[in-house]
Amino acid sequence: MTLSVTDLSIARGGVPVLQGLGFDLAPGQALVVRGPNGIGKTTLLRTIAGLQPPISGRIEGAEDCIAYAGHSDGIKPTLTVTENLTFWASVFGASGICPALDAFELNDLSDRHAGNLSAGQKRRLGLSRLLVTGRPIWVLDEPTVSLDVLAVALFADAVRAHLGRGGSALVATHIDLGLDADVLELGPYRAVPRAVDDFDGDFL
Amino acid sequence: MIALLLRDLKLAFRAGGGFGLGLAFFLIVTVLVPFSVGPQSSLLATIAPGVLWLGALLACLLSLDRLLALDWEDGSLDLLATAPLPLEAVVTIKALAHWITTGLPLVLAAPVLGVLLNMPVPGFFWLVASLLVGTPALSVIGTFGAALTVGLKRGGLLLSLLVLPLYVPTLIFGAEVARRGAVGMDIATPLLMLAGITAATVALLPFASAAVLRVNLR
Repeated sequence: MTLSVTDLSIARGGVPVLQGLGFDLAPGQALVVRGPNGIGKTTLLRTIAGLQPPISGRIEGAEDCIAYAGHSDGIKPTLTVTENLTFWASVFGASGICPALDAFELNDLSDRHAGNLSAGQKRRLGLSRLLVTGRPIWVLDEPTVSLDVLAVALFADAVRAHLGRGGSALVATHIDLGLDADVLELGPYRAVPRAVDDFDGDFL
Repeated sequence: MIALLLRDLKLAFRAGGGFGLGLAFFLIVTVLVPFSVGPQSSLLATIAPGVLWLGALLACLLSLDRLLALDWEDGSLDLLATAPLPLEAVVTIKALAHWITTGLPLVLAAPVLGVLLNMPVPGFFWLVASLLVGTPALSVIGTFGAALTVGLKRGGLLLSLLVLPLYVPTLIFGAEVARRGAVGMDIATPLLMLAGITAATVALLPFASAAVLRVNLR
């Protein structure tokens, strides 16, 4: 399933942040979204995930194909690691959670309450959720925050395996994951501030 | 959907989940009433249906601000919104879980507390019946209020202000069923009105809740 974005304009809090953005994401391809803070990376990813509507433009091939992972992991501290994952697996209709536990080396932690995990372990649990969604397009917002070098390597392996299965990934990150990925630099698409064209001088 | 219901129930029963909070509040309010209005048993018998209904309503209100706010804070709500479940189903299940953990215990505890207020024996059945029919509406309306205020810092008070006026019809007809039942009058009209309110809110409000939730998640 190819994700195709054409002439997309998006706004954050009513202020346009990006305009005229277009790209294609084919199966097996990874695209790294880069840009300075505040350029609209998170807004772009949330728009593609369907959490907010764009001002204009088209997003095709996203319907029911997106697995989104944002800044928060959506983990319940009073549930165990297994319970957290099993919940998401049954929401997405996945069969088992073992591959996800294996991929992020969570087997030793599986009976622990998620509230007792470290920040990096929580992140690993949050990312392992992607594997139980069974969805082809991963949309990831700063996935490596609070991960150590080893865990970043685990994550990169998981993404590579996902791409190998014909999936695709759209990742906003500042670090080099060692992926064979194209880079989407958001700088050129920064929205120009709207000129006030209906300003009435008589108002003053 | 079952998974979401089971998760919400599990969360409610685990540490810090808030199960029993509404029930304890209901108990305290009911115990305090005789202290404040005095020990005349005939007066208590008169006001018992109304006090029990008001106590149940306020107890329901108590746990509403956690209904969606916790899921919003930890990001689960974003993930649920992108999951295959429609948001309408999510809010319906959330309301059902709220009713099972808050409304249902209140219904079951009400007759016991009725004894404390010297409620006439014929009224017990109709008190339980009216709460059983009316409390689902309280949970569904409360979910709508929680969806409206999700994302607001300390939105609990605003939530109460928004939801309490919407609770008025349920309170009027619910307490009326219990009062008429206690004095042996015909309860058909208020009970049908109460059932109608519950049926209408359960049928319509999840759509409104899901719509405002979509706006609030932007």
